[in-house]
Amino acid sequence: MESRPSVGAPTPAEVRVLDGTVGRRYDPVDSRVIRRGPDRRHLLLPSLHALQDGIGWISPEALAELCARLEVPRAEAFGVATFYALLRTEAGPRTVVHVCDDIACRVHPGYRDPAADTGHDGEEPVGVHPSPCLGQCDRAPALFVQRAGDDAARLTVTGSVAGALAAEGATEAPPLVVAAGPAWLTGRIGVVDPTSLEEYRAHGGYQALRTALAMGPEAVLREIADSGLRGRGGAAFPTGVKWRAVAASAQRERYVVCNADESEPGTFKDRVLLEGDPFALVESMTIAGLTVGAAQGYIYIRGEYPTAEERIVDAINQARHRGLLGSDVAGSGLSFDLEVRRGAGAYICGEETALFNSLEGYRGEPRSKPPFPTEVGLFGRPTVVNNVETLHNVPVILSCGAAGFRAVGTAESPGTKLFSVAGDVSGPGVYEVPFGTSLGELLELAGAPASPGAVLLGGAAGVFVSPGASDVPLTFEDVRAADLTLGSGAVTVFDGAADIGDIVERITAFFRDESCGQCVPCRVGTVRQNEAIVRLRSGSAQPGDTDLLDDLDTVMSDASICGLGHTAASAVGSARRLGLLDGAGARP
Amino acid sequence: MSTPVPIPRRKVTVRIDGTERAAAEGSTILDVCRDAGVEVPTICWAPTITPVNACRVCVVELEGSRTLVPACSRRVTEGMEIRTGGDRVRASRRMVLELLASSVDLSRAEADILRWLEEYGTDPERHGPDRARVSEPVRRHDELYVRDYDRCVLCYKCVDACGTEAQYTFAIAVAGRGFDARISTEYDVELPESACVYCGNCIGVCPTGALIFTREFDLRESGGFDPEAQAVTTTVCPYCGVGCNLELHTQDDEIFRVTSPDDHEVTSGHLCIKGRFGFEYAGGRRREGRTEADPATDRDESSSA
Ligand SMILES: Cc1cc2nc3c(=O)[nH]c(=O)nc-3n(C[C@H](O)[C@H](O)[C@H](O)COP(=O)(O)O)c2cc1C
Ligand code: SF4
Ligand code: SF4
Ligand code: SF4
Ligand code: FES
Ligand code: FES
Repeated sequence: MESRPSVGAPTPAEVRVLDGTVGRRYDPVDSRVIRRGPDRRHLLLPSLHALQDGIGWISPEALAELCARLEVPRAEAFGVATFYALLRTEAGPRTVVHVCDDIACRVHPGYRDPAADTGHDGEEPVGVHPSPCLGQCDRAPALFVQRAGDDAARLTVTGSVAGALAAEGATEAPPLVVAAGPAWLTGRIGVVDPTSLEEYRAHGGYQALRTALAMGPEAVLREIADSGLRGRGGAAFPTGVKWRAVAASAQRERYVVCNADESEPGTFKDRVLLEGDPFALVESMTIAGLTVGAAQGYIYIRGEYPTAEERIVDAINQARHRGLLGSDVAGSGLSFDLEVRRGAGAYICGEETALFNSLEGYRGEPRSKPPFPTEVGLFGRPTVVNNVETLHNVPVILSCGAAGFRAVGTAESPGTKLFSVAGDVSGPGVYEVPFGTSLGELLELAGAPASPGAVLLGGAAGVFVSPGASDVPLTFEDVRAADLTLGSGAVTVFDGAADIGDIVERITAFFRDESCGQCVPCRVGTVRQNEAIVRLRSGSAQPGDTDLLDDLDTVMSDASICGLGHTAASAVGSARRLGLLDGAGARP
Repeated sequence: MSTPVPIPRRKVTVRIDGTERAAAEGSTILDVCRDAGVEVPTICWAPTITPVNACRVCVVELEGSRTLVPACSRRVTEGMEIRTGGDRVRASRRMVLELLASSVDLSRAEADILRWLEEYGTDPERHGPDRARVSEPVRRHDELYVRDYDRCVLCYKCVDACGTEAQYTFAIAVAGRGFDARISTEYDVELPESACVYCGNCIGVCPTGALIFTREFDLRESGGFDPEAQAVTTTVCPYCGVGCNLELHTQDDEIFRVTSPDDHEVTSGHLCIKGRFGFEYAGGRRREGRTEADPATDRDESSSA
């Protein structure tokens, strides 16, 4: 263990925060005993959050004290704290407004460049930080207020910085949710009170758990496999295969993890599910845990989703109170419980192995695969990790049966799919449509202009689609055949007046900012790509820049560790192929 | 039976560039390539450290894999078909090397790295004169070693050597994210205020000269670094009974660097502060009025000083 040079003492306020999260320091007499306490490193990120919320930053003294209590080396804890955009290691204003300047917000008529905003709340200075997509593209222009201190708060707001500072207690506008076909995933949203377990049950809630318990895990595994459910987090991996692998593991200790880190620019459908139907996720996770033999599950929610977090925590508490979680789930004699973990502003933590590292108290750097999470996952144990939307399909499948599920969608892409449609459309919102609906139909539903300037499918990691692609049926197989991707289901629309070069440049900046920095192709490649696009747009392109962009695409796609690097050149490449950047250099 | 019998490792068969090779299960593609005499460039790999798999210069083509795979950390399985050359592999390796050279100063990197920069035909200048570069002040906090992170390729080897792979001191870690990621102590405090115990094991593994003995740094900065005038003397550390092998690197009979062989069974290349930096007494011979070294007297003097 590191030797510990002394630093000053933490303030009483810092000590109070730490007492409340990690308890007291081990007795010095105890700590001389060889046997160490259980590994509590996974409390690092929650503790850093607590200091950020309570004090406004993480001071050297507080970090040293925290490290002593958790037995984590200071340098490593500092490495963790500096990884995240929502944690600060320098003193500053206690209120910070994060202003989304990402793809959907920056084309909104109400958008104001955060650089133009001075931060003051009355006398008090306020930090104004530009932010990547806040997952509220349907409520553009989006802001997120982070306030520390005794009146600590996290708020999501639409409008301006001044409005955000005045927005204390303002209610969020209900999201637009449209189903064209069975409303399997969205049926309760806006209809059922998301804070009421009774109402959830009255609308079919917890019937699937009962069914699952009656069927037994083996039959549930078969049903999920037969349903053909594929992951909605981007990789479209068959869920049944994942569950089966963990259920069949020789190791007893296993985990189920819900990936609710939704940070792909343009994507907000998981937020709408979490906020609008939280009990459904709790029920789905319970079924997943009991089916694969995990006693503990985690829901990792991005830090910019305070309402979602609050609703899920509340739902978990209610479920536990009613015996639907805990040591005897619904009288089955089986044990399963859930815990919520909060992300801290890092897109990469949505990558499943980076998520594990983040949750365990390490930097959110992806691990090399293989081994895959089903073998070596959270805390080194076999782990099922699924996207929020994927999990929401589980009760649907158990309720209508695999065959009933397959009655909607296509053979390779059964069921319905949620799309987050935003940008220049009259109805930004979440659209639940059967797989196989064409892109054109979806755009029409959402009120897109008849001939948009560009449509981005799959967010920053996705592709711009050509006008001719509106006939493509939205299924995993059809988009693959057309060299496109569904990705996270984001559909961002830009009208003819939008400056697509500006959008492309923002996307390259996104990857530059969000690269974890671990591998060279992505750490340096995303910077060079951004620089080349900036040159192109400012009319100072160099003769070899086309080749340069191709070479960067090659090395990032082929030699990066994870999907972030693999897709970092995707949108740029499609924009170049479609000629969306032509003439960009002509601008002054 | 109670006598432990080593479990024989199963053999798997793989093909490297079309030639069949038998390999012990659990070995990496890199191991097999090395046995076969196929050169695969590596930067973040080290013989004594579990690979972190970060630099990606070692990528090879694996049949059936959508992307290239890192030879240093991918373990072989039966029937793998691996290609270590060809345009696809070379293109990515060239770019990895070029991206590094475009962002940090590699002029003091290991000879192999400099050779690969040539062999793969890198052209860092095409990334433009205004490109972002790593720009850090030289950190010189004492007379033992210098940290010059303008040269750092973030291979993580120093972090691992300081941590779980050797020293268990955890004085340094990666801080920040993306292009702004840096090797750092907590809040970038100076080394004497950090947990550092000056074992110098981080220097021992650094492939770029970012971590460097102060004497060697001064020699190089003054332009007086002269390989022609240098020698390496192997000896045993005189300080304790462990018996670590030392390699004293000298120029004009003055020690500028101390290492230990990676394959030494006691050290695996790692030392402690005494073996690494406790070489001041060896310079005693040049003290005024002395012409010959007298280790016995030198030791007495230094301990009473
Ligand atoms: C850079 C990156 C970011 C990701 N972000 C998310 C995310 O926010 N939510 C998510 O569910 N999956 C995300 N993924 C995909 C996950 O790694 C993983 O495949 C997914 O959570 C598995 O769940 P599924 O099988 O239900 O889709 C991301 C992947 C990458 C490479
Ligand atoms: S591809 Fe990018 S995000 Fe992924 S591991 Fe490499 S540096 Fe990190
Ligand atoms: S000298 Fe030793 S203790 Fe100090 S940073 Fe280097 S490896 Fe760590
Ligand atoms: S200082 Fe040296 S060993 Fe450490 S990461 Fe940088 S290049 Fe690697
Ligand atoms: S919230 Fe602004 S782009 Fe998504
Ligand atoms: S040597 Fe293999 S990734 Fe660096």
